[in-house]
Amino acid sequence: MTTSFIEGVLTGSIQSSTSVLYAALGEVVVERAGVINLGVEGTMLMGAVTGFMVTAQTGSALLGVVAGGLAAGVFNLILAYLVVTRKANQLASGLALMFFGLGLSALIGKPYVGQLVHGLDALPIPFLADLPVIGRILFNHDILIYLMVPLAALVWWVLFRTKWGLSLRAVGENKVVAFAAGLKPELLQYQAVFIGGVLAGLGGAHLSLAFAQSWSEGMTSGRGFIAVALVIFAAWHPFRAVAAALLFGGALALQLQLQARGANISPFLLDMIPYLLTLGVLLFVQKGRKRAMPEGLKAVFEGTN
Amino acid sequence: MLTQVQAPTNLATPLLEARGLVKQFGDLRANDNVNIAIYPGEVHAILGENGAGKSTLMKMLYGFYQPTAGQIFLNGQPMIINSPQDGRRLGIGMVFQNFTLIPALTVIENVALFLPDLRAVFSQKEIEQRIKEASAKYDLRVDPRATVGELSMGEQQKVEILKIILAGAKVLIFDEPTSVLAPHEVGGLFQVFNKLRADGYAILFITHKMPEVMAVADRITVLRRGRVVETMPVAGATETELVTMLLGSAPPEAARITQFKDTTGQTPLLIFDRITVPDEQTKIGLKEVSFQVFPGEIVGVAGVSGNGQQTLIEAALGLRPHTAGTIHLMGENVANWPVEKKLQAGLGCIPEDPLLMGAIPGMRVYENMILGEQHQYADQGGLSMNWKRVRDKATQFLNSTFISSAPRLEVMVETLSGGNLQRVIIAREVGRQPKLLIAYYVARGLDISNAEAARRLLLKHREQGMGILLISEDLDELFALSDRLLVMHHGHIVGTFRPQETTAHDVGILMTGGTITHA
Amino acid sequence: MLNGNSLAQIGKQQFSGLLRYMAMLALALLVFALVLLIFGKNPAQAYADIFSSTIGSAYGLSEVLVKVIPLVLCALAVLLPARIGLVNVGGEGQLYMGALLATWGALAVGDSLPAVIGIPLMIILGFVGGGLWAAIPAFLRAKGWLNETISTLLLNYVAVLWVNFFVFGPFKDPESANFPQSVLFADSVRLPFIGSSRVHFGLVLGLIALVVLYFVLKKTRWGYEMRAIGGNPEAARRHGLPITRYILVTMFIAGGLAGLAGMGEVMAIQGRLRPGFSPGYGYMGFLISWLALHNPLGVVVMSFLIAIIALGGDTLQITQGMPFSSVNVLMSLILFIVLGKFFNNMSFGWPKWEAK
Repeated sequence: MTTSFIEGVLTGSIQSSTSVLYAALGEVVVERAGVINLGVEGTMLMGAVTGFMVTAQTGSALLGVVAGGLAAGVFNLILAYLVVTRKANQLASGLALMFFGLGLSALIGKPYVGQLVHGLDALPIPFLADLPVIGRILFNHDILIYLMVPLAALVWWVLFRTKWGLSLRAVGENKVVAFAAGLKPELLQYQAVFIGGVLAGLGGAHLSLAFAQSWSEGMTSGRGFIAVALVIFAAWHPFRAVAAALLFGGALALQLQLQARGANISPFLLDMIPYLLTLGVLLFVQKGRKRAMPEGLKAVFEGTN
Repeated sequence: MLTQVQAPTNLATPLLEARGLVKQFGDLRANDNVNIAIYPGEVHAILGENGAGKSTLMKMLYGFYQPTAGQIFLNGQPMIINSPQDGRRLGIGMVFQNFTLIPALTVIENVALFLPDLRAVFSQKEIEQRIKEASAKYDLRVDPRATVGELSMGEQQKVEILKIILAGAKVLIFDEPTSVLAPHEVGGLFQVFNKLRADGYAILFITHKMPEVMAVADRITVLRRGRVVETMPVAGATETELVTMLLGSAPPEAARITQFKDTTGQTPLLIFDRITVPDEQTKIGLKEVSFQVFPGEIVGVAGVSGNGQQTLIEAALGLRPHTAGTIHLMGENVANWPVEKKLQAGLGCIPEDPLLMGAIPGMRVYENMILGEQHQYADQGGLSMNWKRVRDKATQFLNSTFISSAPRLEVMVETLSGGNLQRVIIAREVGRQPKLLIAYYVARGLDISNAEAARRLLLKHREQGMGILLISEDLDELFALSDRLLVMHHGHIVGTFRPQETTAHDVGILMTGGTITHA
Repeated sequence: MLNGNSLAQIGKQQFSGLLRYMAMLALALLVFALVLLIFGKNPAQAYADIFSSTIGSAYGLSEVLVKVIPLVLCALAVLLPARIGLVNVGGEGQLYMGALLATWGALAVGDSLPAVIGIPLMIILGFVGGGLWAAIPAFLRAKGWLNETISTLLLNYVAVLWVNFFVFGPFKDPESANFPQSVLFADSVRLPFIGSSRVHFGLVLGLIALVVLYFVLKKTRWGYEMRAIGGNPEAARRHGLPITRYILVTMFIAGGLAGLAGMGEVMAIQGRLRPGFSPGYGYMGFLISWLALHNPLGVVVMSFLIAIIALGGDTLQITQGMPFSSVNVLMSLILFIVLGKFFNNMSFGWPKWEAK
């Protein structure tokens, strides 16, 4: 266990977890409003391809990131329309959205396959980035990575300290009571789904503009689904989502480092850990987790929505 | 005629007043010319049996219904209350039996949700402070940071009250507030009423329980069949007076239709021996309940709904485990028997909620007729269903039960009216000729002639040796049909009589939690 | 007569239903044509290509059937539990586990068995592999510990990882250094093909499953009991229907069917176990069953439709230079249109499900 190994794992885990975390934070907002989006994968891809395309055309990675977020937000509204207005089954609608995102992004991105762009720059923080070891792990990243924890804090603050957040959570728990309190459940759900889409789009954009700095079909490789699992694992809590995302990212980084060193543990077994942990947690910490699930989601899982 | 109601104090203007209020639903006049006035600093009870029109009246007062006729006045000004939100804005707050609380949120958050002046970014501390002040003032002690789901029903009720007070209500309307409380919490609630009353709030509460009225109300309005029987101060009224007003003059010593049966020497069909079932949050359990049902007799169970009757049925069927005592069916201890086995042994049940518990809405009438007995109509070990036999049987059941216009076999059950569904269920359960039939509220949704027919059906089968456990709130029905009568309250059996040994009046007192004191 | 309506009325209902489906399909095709135009492709040519490569030729038709096999099986894997109100999103994982167990068996016996034993062995192993994988969430649900939607979803990922583990590890063919895959299976365990096409014996399995399920659901006592449980679990419980037993049995069989799909892909089409061999058949099966309102006959129709679209994707990649994934746009458009219209009276109106 050398320092370079640990450094590799930690830095790698931060970098690989970024896109998943953004998507997970978005999904926390969405699910807190009582909607589950199984199609986050598609949304992320839309963010990734739009971001890449805009960056390739304009030369500005920042513009690309913003465009990616917005495009994904609008894309997610499809789900909102189906599920909130047309009252379609959420699980099926989400999967349909995933396929749509897969296909549409592939079409949009075809001309850009293999192209190179100037992605998000790393922004080393003066002085801090020069610190030995820690400097390289923590203070030499791009803007989206720096914003990870503040974003989680923002999501937390909005959900738990603002009227909008309270209203959103009320809608996710009990639309009838929310309505009795004078709220507009449908509008709030639309807003939540849009914001969730924007965040997932930012995650996708990070993938194409920072992590891989390229575009390929289906490049999220299941990260969208991981985000959904993460949200459950994190009991719909923004800060736990950060920890969970780092765990997932860590597993990914760990296996890369181990492979590079020719170690024997199968990376696939490592990859299983987060899912098995989620299952275990759901089973054994029943009281906490079951209670943590927004009531509105329970109806989805019972097959009644 | 619009009339003014007697003012209890020197205050001339009631906080909330209704004059000549009428609510008509088609042919049914739920409220007929109701006059009521509530003054600040008053606790006003509305007493009435089920179906007397209490909740309709409440719903008009807080804006859920619009009156068909009559007017509502707030502080002397005529008002039209279009919706519950409207009502809240005008200062009328309502506490239902089903709380409008979100269990996953904290007390602070639940209160905040209903505050009319909540800012975009709000301070939890500030709301917490407001809650604490009101808590201390009105004895509504509850931890503001607690998650509502973890609170007891009594504490949740306190949160509901805090919620409407802090939202600005001046008139507080309660719908059967003690029905969700444990006996020891009721006193606490009345303390709260007293504190609120002292501060000028007006409290209106619906109840059918006599002791409560005597304990806390200033004035009482008795409703019967949609009309106000009387409004009078509680001080100086006696329980007897009130019960008479409640049940109508001269509660009938209902004529017995049948002869009393001698059951000595026979094996009881059903024995409950000191059965105890723990309470669940919304359902009262059983406390050392013991009774027997013999063949050829009808045992009536009187009690206000929600006092353990549901648990009684679930324990008998085996859906809820009992923590003490034994149950014997047809002479055998059925401790671990699955439901199927009990049904096969000859147990039948007309459930409390036919649509939820007794029928498959998406299936047709004839398909529902064999629910629970489907294997008897399966040929070749289950590979095919003999639908012809099913239809014949269904027709037979329906014809033997209905006096008129039985629903067609092909009709989807979900389209049936409540009354028709009930008749289908009765046809099924009685037609199977169980040895022991548990019937909850047999006449639900039935008009007079069909209700009579249903009762006659039960009596006929009793003659043929069926044992029937008849659970009902209708004292007339119970007195007319029962060989023996049990009275349930809060999960206990508080009385066992032969109908001719008691009166509806006494049973009514026991049902509402009082004790019989006359010599 | 089963229905109170006359035959004419029934016919009219079915026809208007069919008309509705056709209209939705036409709308989706129109929108997709627009999408194609936006991306500079020729929709008429594209549709012609799809037609000729799928139902327009005997070979195309056989390739459609090749895809129909796993789609039907995976759709049935969703349909059966749905009858009692369960949501099985785990078809993908059950498919992989069926393939995995069959692979283990194939590698263990090599070519030592005659085909007449080897093939049934593969079928059994495929069924059991998927069935056991579905039994886990079934057990958790029956006990009231965990909802099956979440557990089946999560187990999908775990299953794929298990297969990867074995393919990259113990099952790896030492001679194929660069890509991970198992050795080629012996002929004696490979599912036979029908004629000269790639349509394999799995078609027979699928047809049998379809017919049996249709029969059971419609005619037998168990079909009745399942309808009762799915229609109102509370009433069913109170009348003694053994809900727990049905949860376990339907999920096991469902997983088994998906497992057969996986076994079929691996034992017939692929000939060896490769990572990621399923293009999402499990998820597509979920969508197919949904589109068909969990009706066995509808499943057949929808599977054909989805198979044609999926195959069309392969074609368009070659003839129009479009990424394969672009047909997902067409498929999802159909889904959106159907999902957006079907609610309330068209669905089953599944009631709340109590775990006990």
